[in-house]
Amino acid sequence: MTHYWPGSNPRSRDIKEKSIKYFFSIISITALVILLGIFIFLLVTGSKTFSEVSLLDFLSGSDWNPTAYSTPKYGILSLIVGTLMVTFGALAIAIPIGIASAIYLAEIAKPKVREAIKPVVEMIAGIPSVVLGLIGLLVLSPLIARIFSLSHGLNALTASIVVAVMILPTIISISEDVLTSLPKDFREASLALGSTKWQMIRMALLPPALSGIVAAIMLGLGRAVGETMAVLMVAGNSRAMPHSFFDPVRPMTANIAIEIKEVVQGSLHYNSLFAIGLVLFILTFLVNLISDLILERQSRRYKW
Amino acid sequence: MLLNQKAKQAVYFSLFRAAAIFSVLILLFVLMFIMKEGAGIISIKFLTSMWSHMDITQGGILPAIIGTLLLGIGVAVVSVPIGICTAIYLNEYAKDNLFTRIIKLAIRNLAGVPSVVYGLFGIAVFVLLLNLNTSLVAASLTLSCMTLPWIITTSEEALKTVPLSFREGSYALGATKWQTIRRNVLPHSLSGMMTGAILGVSRAMGETAPIIMVGATFFMSYLPTSVFDKFMALPYHLYILATQHSSPYAHEYALGTALVLIIMVFMLNLIAFIIRYRLRKKKDW
Repeated sequence: MTHYWPGSNPRSRDIKEKSIKYFFSIISITALVILLGIFIFLLVTGSKTFSEVSLLDFLSGSDWNPTAYSTPKYGILSLIVGTLMVTFGALAIAIPIGIASAIYLAEIAKPKVREAIKPVVEMIAGIPSVVLGLIGLLVLSPLIARIFSLSHGLNALTASIVVAVMILPTIISISEDVLTSLPKDFREASLALGSTKWQMIRMALLPPALSGIVAAIMLGLGRAVGETMAVLMVAGNSRAMPHSFFDPVRPMTANIAIEIKEVVQGSLHYNSLFAIGLVLFILTFLVNLISDLILERQSRRYKW
Repeated sequence: MLLNQKAKQAVYFSLFRAAAIFSVLILLFVLMFIMKEGAGIISIKFLTSMWSHMDITQGGILPAIIGTLLLGIGVAVVSVPIGICTAIYLNEYAKDNLFTRIIKLAIRNLAGVPSVVYGLFGIAVFVLLLNLNTSLVAASLTLSCMTLPWIITTSEEALKTVPLSFREGSYALGATKWQTIRRNVLPHSLSGMMTGAILGVSRAMGETAPIIMVGATFFMSYLPTSVFDKFMALPYHLYILATQHSSPYAHEYALGTALVLIIMVFMLNLIAFIIRYRLRKKKDW
């Protein structure tokens, strides 16, 4: 008969190992539960809106006035336009600066300079958005008002600039990762053919990196759509349909943050704010999913 | 021809350098401005006394500092253990099957959910469904959900840096999987995990939109005594001062509050950087 030490009985050891594994696997479901929970709660609460307001009116109505005394209006088109203006305004500023910085860091800068600048970029990502909003409010908006001689500087343009600063680190660091992960052969082959460094970057590196850079931009886009505090402080918060970047806007995120504290739980207004949340969730989910797929394909193609 | 190309390259490269320098200048400007304008407000009284709502010059932001610290602790207590366990499962146990892929997809998508949507989730689940009301615990749980994907991702990266040979050596000596993880993998990845956890918590402490919705209040005459109390928090405090307070000194006090918040967040970042730096020096595989 074989004798086992009490603690090393293979049977009980097996059970212990198995239960540890199951413990970890059960805990790892948490993330999935949260994601599904968010979706289900937004869907259940938000869809109650559509028993009283049709989906079409909700998405295409340009009047958002749930607290109107006579006929409350539940159209979020002006809020969607506000979100889109701030998002694309921010991208228009952040894309050129971000990609240029990424190229500089990945290909041109000396290692020492690179090691110094990279933590700085990470630190920008660490600045709380409410602090950037404060700077936007106290410094940038008076400046914008003065430059364009407006009565105040709380508008879509100011919000775009502040949000551009917030998404800059995302675009820089992911584009840089994409560039540095390209195989060395690409660089060497191009240089061996007698190209200058810039020709090498433009013809041998940027084309294969393009899809990865697009993914970086999409992640930045997702962040811009979801940004709340900075736009709440500097976008002006007007519900009227904006006509130019000098008009105040109220993006969807800001609208939720402003109104959620004042609504009665279970009211149509409360439900409609969840419906806006659902629109935001679906929008960012799609954007992230697409950029994810692109990045995965990119990393599979250049793994050798 | 070549000269022309060289000139072109010089122009483009200086543009790229300018863009990178511009990014650095933004950070420097934000820091310098907050420091210059906020420093005048900082005093012992500002840091250690209770908030006075009527005359803001008579009070301090102690309750907001404490509230933000408690929130950070709350987030760390909830999200770090769950995050690390998930990372251990994904990196050490999980096979590449549908279940694993779905979990990973969920994690990446959670990272992209807007903070205000987490706030709605927090209201629906923690405040109303679990009946926690707007409280410190509801806010901690909401922010924990938001921080979780970050903690999982950084912990997974820390686990990946441990070479396979560490695990193989342990198996070769007859150790079980859990013995291997506990004695040969975790000790070598712990500081990497700490770095990620600290950065995640520091982000949560600077977050504003969700806590407005699930627990923070602008004025409290006492410090929170239980996790079911409401609380004051630095980001919310500075938001109200900057946008809704009528005192002529409100903007100065907002800047002072911003400085305290930035110092807290960057101190945590600094600690994380030091841990990471020492780790890199110590590593000899």
